[in-house]
Amino acid sequence: MNVYVCIKHVPDTAAKITIIDNNRIDEKVTFIINPYDENAIEAASGLKRHITDAEIIAVTVGKASAEATLRSALAMGADRGILIRCERNPDSLVTARAIKAAIERDGKPDIIFAGNESIDSEGFQTPFRLGVAFNFPVASNVVSFKLEDRRVTVESKMNAGEMAVIRMPLPCIVGAGKALNQPRYPTLPDIMKARKKPIQTIDLDRLNLPTAAGSIQIDKLRPAVDQRHAKIIEGPPEAAVTELIRLLKEETRVI
Amino acid sequence: MMTHIGILIETTADGIKPALNGVITAARGPEHKLYGLVFDGKSAAYKDELQAFGIHKIVDIQSDEGLLNWNPDCWARAMVDALDYFEIDTLFGLTSFQTKDVFPRIAALLDAPLLLDCIGVDLRTLTAEKSQFSGKTIATFKLGGTHYLFGIRPNVIDPQPSPVTAEVLSFKTKISEESLTVEAVKEDAGDAIDLAEAPIIIAGGRAMQNAGNFRILYECAQVLGAAVGASRVAVDAGWVPHSMQVGQTGTTVSPNLYIACGISGSVQHFAGMKTAQVIVAINTDPQAAMMQNCDYGIVGDLFDVIPILTRRLKSALNDK
Repeated sequence: MNVYVCIKHVPDTAAKITIIDNNRIDEKVTFIINPYDENAIEAASGLKRHITDAEIIAVTVGKASAEATLRSALAMGADRGILIRCERNPDSLVTARAIKAAIERDGKPDIIFAGNESIDSEGFQTPFRLGVAFNFPVASNVVSFKLEDRRVTVESKMNAGEMAVIRMPLPCIVGAGKALNQPRYPTLPDIMKARKKPIQTIDLDRLNLPTAAGSIQIDKLRPAVDQRHAKIIEGPPEAAVTELIRLLKEETRVI
Repeated sequence: MMTHIGILIETTADGIKPALNGVITAARGPEHKLYGLVFDGKSAAYKDELQAFGIHKIVDIQSDEGLLNWNPDCWARAMVDALDYFEIDTLFGLTSFQTKDVFPRIAALLDAPLLLDCIGVDLRTLTAEKSQFSGKTIATFKLGGTHYLFGIRPNVIDPQPSPVTAEVLSFKTKISEESLTVEAVKEDAGDAIDLAEAPIIIAGGRAMQNAGNFRILYECAQVLGAAVGASRVAVDAGWVPHSMQVGQTGTTVSPNLYIACGISGSVQHFAGMKTAQVIVAINTDPQAAMMQNCDYGIVGDLFDVIPILTRRLKSALNDK
């Protein structure tokens, strides 16, 4: 069984982001594996515990530095990695085409896991575009997962207080939500072993990708500035609360 | 030239989602004909409300067999059909669980650009703004193609009425065999008020100490008509479900009022709520990041302050 996991190399959530030329960020910051992708790898590793012939292949689109994130995936349980090298940051239409082409060259997927969203571009869409490219069904924001007789049953959040129970045949694509599982952090031996696992590098420009009908391009990037001037309300709790309610009702009119 | 714009009208048992009025406001323009796309079969009942905000055509989308129950694949295909039939090239919606599940499918089927969680859209230049990198930057995107899809972050655009006379239409779509099936819809733990769309949120952090103490936030929320949220610390400790987490790896919210109780204010938490209109912080530590970056702060123990707040709000809101 071929289990592919799509992962992304993203700036650390705590990194200080500096903007260059009003259209991109300074990438000299710490990068990590996209947190949702850890849940995707954990789900794939879970399958491997039951299905002995399962092979987990981590796939990413990125610069040479994204190899570090592939190594994290290998330490977390992937068997090998594919790096689709690209010096730009392609949009989701191109990314999905690239992942499809690379997987197709590599093998026949039974299931593809991905993180539900990436914390850098926050696009929420690459798994769906991959689904249409392969003509595979896709479930996203998945919080529980079960595979039986080549049928997948997942629970997916559909509304506040409501969950949809979805079934799909293999091959299919699963977008992992944070509540899906608790990713286990790799041990030192895991990390050592990951260094020896194979990573294949493919140049995106060599994949001869079909042209997309649409595009999503960054035009400008600016820092999000917070201009709040904290007003600390002094006094004992009773008096402070009275003043707070007055401010909320009369000054900002939000209640 | 008239531009035909579709808007997915999301509804609940209580009717049209209130946050949708801001989305309709964002979609309006002098040369725009707005189509409200409705799946629950109650178009006629929504006519007054939708025409008050400028919707020209209200379309009931159904199959030959009747209502289309929730199936994101099937809704996406039905919408693609409707867009084609009504010559709609631009689609708007609220950034909600359902939109996040349906709009990317439509975008993928049409090979069209999609931006979710937009805080502003300019259709003349085909650009839209959204936050990136955990809310640390605002990006302006330029879209190319023949169709464009936008999900608007709830509560960021001020709803402004603009009355027109609407027409109610019905559109029947053919449903092909779906490989994805929705077997059941079941109740889920957590709040019944949608966190992302709630106009007021009261959230608890580390200082809540345990699951049971969240009761005092629920009591206050009930008076305010608010949803209850939490920081990652409270979720990781197992006090509340992940669906209540506000922040980087939780829900992004933009309410009119956000009350942070005993939340120190990590970068990751701010990422999920920094665009709130008014932030109130209640914390024993005046140096906490949340206290430095709020609109109103009360230095104090939330277990003293919240019960008083709940009691005072009860009388204050009844006096209105």
